[in-house]
Amino acid sequence: MTTLDSSKEIQKNNSEVNETHEDFRMFGLITFLIADGMTFAGFFAAYLTYKAVNPLPDGAIYELELPIPTLNTILLLISSATFHKAGKALLKDKNSDSQKWLFFTAFLGIIFLICQLFEYFHLPFGLTDNLFASTFYALTGFHGLHVTLGTLMILIIAWQSRINGGRLTSQNMFPLEAVELYWHFVDGIWVILFIILYLL
Amino acid sequence: MTISIDPQKTNNESLQPKGWLKYFSFSLDHKVIGIQYLVCGFLFYLIGGTLASAIRIELASPMSDFMPRDVYNQVLTLHGTIMIFLWIVPVVNGAFGNYLIPFYVGARDMAFPRLNAVAFWLIPPSGLMLVASYFVEGAAQAGWTAYPPLSITTPQSGQIIWILSVLLLGGSSIFGGINFIATIIKLRRPGLKLMQLPMYCWAMLGTSLLVVLSTPVLAGTLILLSFDIVANTGFFNPVLGGNVVVYQHLFWFYSHPAVYIMVLPAFGLVSEILPVHARKPLFGYTTMVFSIMGIVVLGLVVWAHHMFTSGTPPWMRLFFTIATAFIAVPTGIKFFNWVATLWGGKISINSAMLFSCGFIINFVFGGITGVALAQVPFDIHVHDTYFVVAHFHYIVYGGTVFIIFSSIYHWFPKVTGKMLNEKLGILHFIITFIGFNLCFAPQHWLGLNGMPRRVAEYDPQFQFVNQISSLGALLMAISTIPFLINVFLSVRNGKYAGDNPWNALTPEWLTSSPPPVENWEGEAPLVEEPYGYGKEITEQK
Repeated sequence: MTTLDSSKEIQKNNSEVNETHEDFRMFGLITFLIADGMTFAGFFAAYLTYKAVNPLPDGAIYELELPIPTLNTILLLISSATFHKAGKALLKDKNSDSQKWLFFTAFLGIIFLICQLFEYFHLPFGLTDNLFASTFYALTGFHGLHVTLGTLMILIIAWQSRINGGRLTSQNMFPLEAVELYWHFVDGIWVILFIILYLL
Repeated sequence: MTISIDPQKTNNESLQPKGWLKYFSFSLDHKVIGIQYLVCGFLFYLIGGTLASAIRIELASPMSDFMPRDVYNQVLTLHGTIMIFLWIVPVVNGAFGNYLIPFYVGARDMAFPRLNAVAFWLIPPSGLMLVASYFVEGAAQAGWTAYPPLSITTPQSGQIIWILSVLLLGGSSIFGGINFIATIIKLRRPGLKLMQLPMYCWAMLGTSLLVVLSTPVLAGTLILLSFDIVANTGFFNPVLGGNVVVYQHLFWFYSHPAVYIMVLPAFGLVSEILPVHARKPLFGYTTMVFSIMGIVVLGLVVWAHHMFTSGTPPWMRLFFTIATAFIAVPTGIKFFNWVATLWGGKISINSAMLFSCGFIINFVFGGITGVALAQVPFDIHVHDTYFVVAHFHYIVYGGTVFIIFSSIYHWFPKVTGKMLNEKLGILHFIITFIGFNLCFAPQHWLGLNGMPRRVAEYDPQFQFVNQISSLGALLMAISTIPFLINVFLSVRNGKYAGDNPWNALTPEWLTSSPPPVENWEGEAPLVEEPYGYGKEITEQK
């Protein structure tokens, strides 16, 4: 799954054998992302139930406009592709290219967050106005929290992939692969969120 | 590819504190973490037990004279929360899972030792926070279910602290679950097949799947609930256009699987204990595995049977009744397998065996009332009465807590190298078994006659039966004394056990007792038949 250096096998104290085991950090991360996805599933289920059962009260305002979220969807999809490019570059030992792609990905993530905040400030309803407004902010806010964490992690691994003294090399790809998987996950959640919240 | 194991990083013996101090450190050794879980859980059990005694003292008389009504509600909430999230779930999963699973899969530690230590160290602070919330403005009063609108309208600070500590405990539980899944699936010794694993591994795999799939939903729900309390949103507040039934659905999507999170590991543990003390192979290994997985799948689709009185539409009632009744099938298979394991065995009557048999008896009773409760007409009659209280205490106390004690008697020699005193152990069993049944069996009658749960006062006609129940609770409280004396005496002066006092075949007994830091001297043994008792005798014939 990942390419880690297996040459540095260190002898065990209490036995003569060199013990190695499979790298299952990615397996652990996938399990965690399934759990994280279940949190979103709970939110989506709540929102869809509200939509089916609780009518919007008279006079309550809950209107969403499409341009900004559509732009955001495109931004995140592009950022998934640029992240993939960063991984490819690192695999070919082109660390500076990889770093450039990572910074670009983080930049797209920041633009996404700025657009999201812009949308928040220009919406005609606030957090406590009505049930759907609350659900909207809770869902997009929880997703925005994920994007913020992801952007921070991308900046960290971009710093780690610097040429001199960087920990991230083609032999040690795991940090990049882990953040990449997380980022694709966050993008996937956004696509579902976009469909459920804006299009339905 | 592969990772080299760096002993310097995993368990640096020179850096770890020695002796009892290691139990207060951020140790990465799965055995130390297992004991940390167990002792921490037991301390919270004593707190929760004290609260239970307070409840039973209050209910000995029909009026609320022992404590004010709001304090009764707080005591009730803390009792439920502590017993579930700080005693049963951490002990039956965290304690025994951490101690045993690496042995069973032939590993030197869990898959993610550091995550494991983090998962444990989330528990003491959140537990203390929960207990301390009583002194702020009063603890949460809305019961362990925290149903809105009650949880929104009661004093806020206690409820928010309750939510925060349950979120932390849920996080701990999820980290533990991820670790168990990775350990069981990925860290198995080469050559060890899945179908050769001891049954507890399967139980923990199923439990961890439930933890990973359902706990996050509870976390999300509680986050929404805290928004309702703090930010004045209206997700679950009908006054603001919210929907309380959505909370109930999301809550029970976690909390019904939580019942299996509490009882499936106990199923696994009893499947380890019975074959050893009956000297017979576990009956029906394959059916056991499939019934565990069947319970996992069915356990995720039965949650609405807690909500038959919440305006549930008829089709939903029908579906959830049938799905719940189906769970009785795999559970029944397991029950008959345990009985068949005992059948014709060379049974030794010791404390571990007695507690396991007590478990089987109590669990059948709790299971029968469970099937009864799944039927809509009956459920509507006894909903929110003491019948439900009796039912779930038969499952979690008569089931899981009996198995926790059984496991302590079984694995105490493994952990300490000393035997527990059998006479005190049998005394402990007798008082617990009589006290437990005296306490909870009469509550079935109370519930059928309409005594509501969670209320400090009741109709005086129920007083006599309530006093019988309180007498049982007193016996249960007393039963802890011989157990504590036994543990303290045996740790100091117990008889030396040797490496394998029960002549068991499961892998944890194939190393020294107590085990060395990295579990095995040399390579881990390959145990292809963990339950191969009596095999050679049959082959000689």
